[in-house]
Amino acid sequence: MKSLIDILDLTTQELDELIATAQDIIANPAKYATSCHGKKLATLFFEPSTRTRMSFEAAMYELGGNVISVTGAGTSSAAKGESVADTAKTVSCYTDIIAIRHPKEGAAYVTAKNATVPVINAGDGGHCHPTQTLADLLTIYREKGRLNNMTIGVCGDLKFGRTVHSLINAMSRYDNIKFILISPEELQVPTYVTKDVLEQKGIPYVQTTDLEAVMPELDILYMTRVQRERFFNEEDYLRLKDSYILNMDKLKNAKPDLSILHPLPRVNEISVAVDDDPRACYFKQVLNGKYMRMALILKLLKEAGQL
Amino acid sequence: MNIDSITNGIVIDHITAGNGMKLYELLGLGELECSVAIIKNASSGKIGKKDIIKIDADIPVNFDVVGFVDPNATINIIKDGVLVEKRNIEMPEHLVNVIKCKNPRCITSCEQEIDHIFKLTDREHNVYRCIYCETKAN
Repeated sequence: MKSLIDILDLTTQELDELIATAQDIIANPAKYATSCHGKKLATLFFEPSTRTRMSFEAAMYELGGNVISVTGAGTSSAAKGESVADTAKTVSCYTDIIAIRHPKEGAAYVTAKNATVPVINAGDGGHCHPTQTLADLLTIYREKGRLNNMTIGVCGDLKFGRTVHSLINAMSRYDNIKFILISPEELQVPTYVTKDVLEQKGIPYVQTTDLEAVMPELDILYMTRVQRERFFNEEDYLRLKDSYILNMDKLKNAKPDLSILHPLPRVNEISVAVDDDPRACYFKQVLNGKYMRMALILKLLKEAGQL
Repeated sequence: MNIDSITNGIVIDHITAGNGMKLYELLGLGELECSVAIIKNASSGKIGKKDIIKIDADIPVNFDVVGFVDPNATINIIKDGVLVEKRNIEMPEHLVNVIKCKNPRCITSCEQEIDHIFKLTDREHNVYRCIYCETKAN
């Protein structure tokens, strides 16, 4: 049973196919309006979400399918101590595909191991968030017309930023990509990304704390939020939360065709004034995420023999 | 101490000095009823100093644990006072329920009866990572 737990579960050919399907959905939405008629998506969200959950649900409705939801651990049997494995087996009895968000790292993997339907990781703690990466890839592709030959700056909380880890994993498979990793020292990218991915593949990268110094080099600037919910210590969060705030002044040396991405939600790390700049792409990302989730649901249900 | 001083048992030899106690603990040798000897910092022509573990009983040894702690160790099986088998150890691809993930955010910290599984991700540097959260074993 094909599931999507980590972005590396998809080959670059599969990524290209998903992007092509998403582009076709954008061009011909009516063609897909009943593709998932009679199918049910379970959205199990044990952590707060606005975009990801609504995006999955909107995606399934636009494919003609239905949605059953659990939102918050307190409203399901998880509150009674039910394991993730048992939840997966139970939900498989009611639905055709599962999207799960859970605060514990590896929860989606455990779900996929125990479910009898395809599982999509909608975020497992600070670990992975592959469907955000699908949104990111489609956005980069639509803005740049390519996924190779570019310098990508990733800024903010790179330690707990699951979208960052998935993005680096995905983009490191394309040719001539350079990463500039901008973060406070305490929030640097984990070694399972720098050592096991970037260095093993010989991908050039630089770690720095200075966003403005590297701004002129960037084709993509991927901003992230310092996430309060990932800290055990409130003092550490307060000390680091305002490390990087992108405003128009900091953009004065940026390339005219820079694309600014952010997985959202933002708190204050991008000034609202930047929203009107044509280089701001983060709300386009939101829409692109829905199209890529539609393409993914179609792919996984087809491969499971459900369509 | 000579290998042939055991009649039926196992000698884990050429353990890098300092790894003997870790191996003793992970193999659960403290729970055995038979005689178990740990020799620390023995002279070795091959590696300078080494640790040796001698188990005076023919018990099953988890070779994956030995390969994880010290892939350079060798295992000698003694039967009727004779060395009948000398086995070189390899690093296992997976470690199942040998060590636990120390990441408090990992699903293994709360999911009941879940196997703790680590995968070899870097053979050159002997790196194992949790299959659930990718945290490095140490």
